[in-house]
Amino acid sequence: MSEPLLRLQDVHTHIGPYHILHGVTCDIPAGQLTMLLGRNGAGKTTTLRTIMGLWRASSGSIRFDGRDITRCSTPSVAQGGIAYVPESMAIFTDLTVRENIVLAARSGPVDSARLDWMLGLFPALKRFWNLPAGNLSGGQKQMLAIARAIAEPRRLLLVDEPTKGLAPVMVRSMIEAFRALKEAGETILLVEQNFYAASALGDNVLVMDDGRIVHSGAMSDLVADQALQQRLLGLSLDAHQ
Amino acid sequence: MTATPAIPASFDEARPRGGLLAGLLSSDMPRSRALSFILIAIVLVLALTPFLFSGSQPLSTAAKICVFIVLVASYDLLLGYSGIVSFAHTMFFGIGGYGIAIGLEKLGADWGSAAIGLVAALCTSAILAIAIGLLSLRVRAIFFSMITLAVASAMAVLASQMSGITGGEDGLSFQLPYALRPAFRPFAEPVFGVMINGRIVAYYLLFFVAMGMFLLMLRIVNSPFGRVLQAIRENEFRAEALGYRVVAYRTAASVISALAATVAGALLALWLRYNGPDTTLSFAIMIDILLMVVIGGMGTMYGAIIGAALFVLAQSYLQVLMEAGSKALAGIPLLPNLIHPDRWLLWLGALFVISVYAFPGGIVGRLRQGKRN
Repeated sequence: MSEPLLRLQDVHTHIGPYHILHGVTCDIPAGQLTMLLGRNGAGKTTTLRTIMGLWRASSGSIRFDGRDITRCSTPSVAQGGIAYVPESMAIFTDLTVRENIVLAARSGPVDSARLDWMLGLFPALKRFWNLPAGNLSGGQKQMLAIARAIAEPRRLLLVDEPTKGLAPVMVRSMIEAFRALKEAGETILLVEQNFYAASALGDNVLVMDDGRIVHSGAMSDLVADQALQQRLLGLSLDAHQ
Repeated sequence: MTATPAIPASFDEARPRGGLLAGLLSSDMPRSRALSFILIAIVLVLALTPFLFSGSQPLSTAAKICVFIVLVASYDLLLGYSGIVSFAHTMFFGIGGYGIAIGLEKLGADWGSAAIGLVAALCTSAILAIAIGLLSLRVRAIFFSMITLAVASAMAVLASQMSGITGGEDGLSFQLPYALRPAFRPFAEPVFGVMINGRIVAYYLLFFVAMGMFLLMLRIVNSPFGRVLQAIRENEFRAEALGYRVVAYRTAASVISALAATVAGALLALWLRYNGPDTTLSFAIMIDILLMVVIGGMGTMYGAIIGAALFVLAQSYLQVLMEAGSKALAGIPLLPNLIHPDRWLLWLGALFVISVYAFPGGIVGRLRQGKRN
C-alpha cells in the first residue's frame, strides 16, 4: 500500500469548552477520492477545519506529505498545497467570477490548458465570467468554489458537502465533475451526506461518529454490505437510489 | 461552443481596457452617466477655481476639498475596501501637518526643510501604522477600533503637552518657501485676468498632489493587492484558506492609508501655514471623515470626491445660505428661527440622516444602482 498523502494520528480538537474530535486517526491515500461520512454533528466539518488550521488541534498530529502541519497557520497549510471548499459556498460575492478564480491562482496566471479543463468541468461559469459572483445561483456558486480550489494544481482537495441544498440536476453535474477530477488524479477528501453521491464517487470511505473514525475501508465494501450501512449510517443504499 | 475567455495574467488585465482615460482610472470607470458628469464638474471647478471665483474663501474652500479628497479616499481604502474601522486616521493626518510645520518652523522656510519634515512624518506614520497593525489587527474589529481610539487620543494629548516642539495648544505658525508666499509673482501680467501669486501656486500644488494621490489609490484598490483586500473584507477565513496572510495584508493597507493621510495633513498645513491640535488631530475631524465616506459611498473611491465636495461646501456655505433664507422668510412665524444660521449643525445632521436613509450605498452607490435599473 502506498504512503498516505495525509495522516491524522489521534487528533483531538476543542472548540471553546466543547471537546469535538476525540482522537481522529485516518489516512488519505494519494490519487484517490476518500469519502468522509457520518451523521450531523459527528465531527466531519471539524476534521476538515482542523486539517486546514482554522481550528487548532489540541493534541495529536497531522502529517501532510511527511511534514507535520499540526501547528501550521491556515495560510501555510494552503500554501503547502491543500485547498479547502467549505460547505457555505465560500466565494467572494463582490468580486467577479474571473476575479474569484484569479485570486485563487496565487502562484501566477492560470494556465490556459487548466482553465479550459476547469471550465469544461463547470461550463456554466463561462457565461458569468465577468459578472459579480453574488449573482450566481446556489449550484453555480458551489461550482465556482470548487473551480477556485482547482485554479492551480493542489496536492489535496478538502470539500465539505458540495451537493448540500442543490437540485438533483446540479447534484448529477457535481458528481460528474468530481468523477472527472478523480480521473485527473486529484486527491480528494470529500464530506458528503448524500450516500448516493458518495457511493458513486468514493474509492475509500471513512465513517465518523461522536468525533471518532468508526469505520475505514473501501467504498465498494460498504456499498455491498447493507447490514454495515445500517449499522454505521442507519440507511441502506437501496433506499437512497 | 462558447470560446474560453482569455487568461487573465493579473487583475489589471482582468478588466476591460479602454484607452488613456481607462488607464488613468485603472479601468475603474464611474459606470454611470450622472456620476461621470458630477465628477467631471467637481474636478473642473476645482481646477479652475482661481479663475472662476474671486476672494480668498472660494480658494480656501476648494483647497480644503482637495485635502479632504485625499483624506477621505485614504479612509475609504481602509474602511470600504479592507473593512478596518480605525479611529486613528486623524492621528496620521496630524503627523503630516506637524511634520511640515516643525520642518519649516525649526529648519527654515525652504523646500529642503519641507521635504525633511514630510519624509520624517511619513516614516513616523509608517512605523506607527505597522506597530498598530501588527499588534492589534489580530484582535476583533471592535477591540482594534478601541485601540486606535486610545492611540489617537494619546497622540492628541502628547501633541498638546510637547509644546516645545509642537507649539502645544497654540500650534505652530510658519513661513512657506518663497514660491508659495502671496508676495511671489511668477508672471508680470495677469493670466486670463487673474494675477498669479504664491497662493495660487500653492493651490495648484495641492490640487495636482491631491489628484495624483487619488489616482494612485484608485490604482491600488484595483490591483491584485486591492482584490485581496476586498476578499479579506468579505470573509477573512476564506482568504486565509486560499493562502493569504490576513494580518500582513491588513497591516499593508493600514500603512498605505496612513501614508496618504499624512500627505493630506502636510497639504493642509502648507495651505494654512499653520498646524495645531484642532486643525488636524481633533476627533471632530474623524467624525467628518466618516460622514464624508458614508455620504459619498463606501468602497467606491469616487465617493471620496463627492462626499468631500458636498460636506466641505455645506460646512462653508450652509450658514450663508441659511442666513439668506432666514432673512427672506422674516415675516413668517417660526420658519426664520428654524433656519437661523446658528442651527446649521442641526440641519447638517438632518441632511446626513436623510442621505443615509435615501442612499444607503452612498451617492455613488445610488447613482450606479440607478444605471443598473
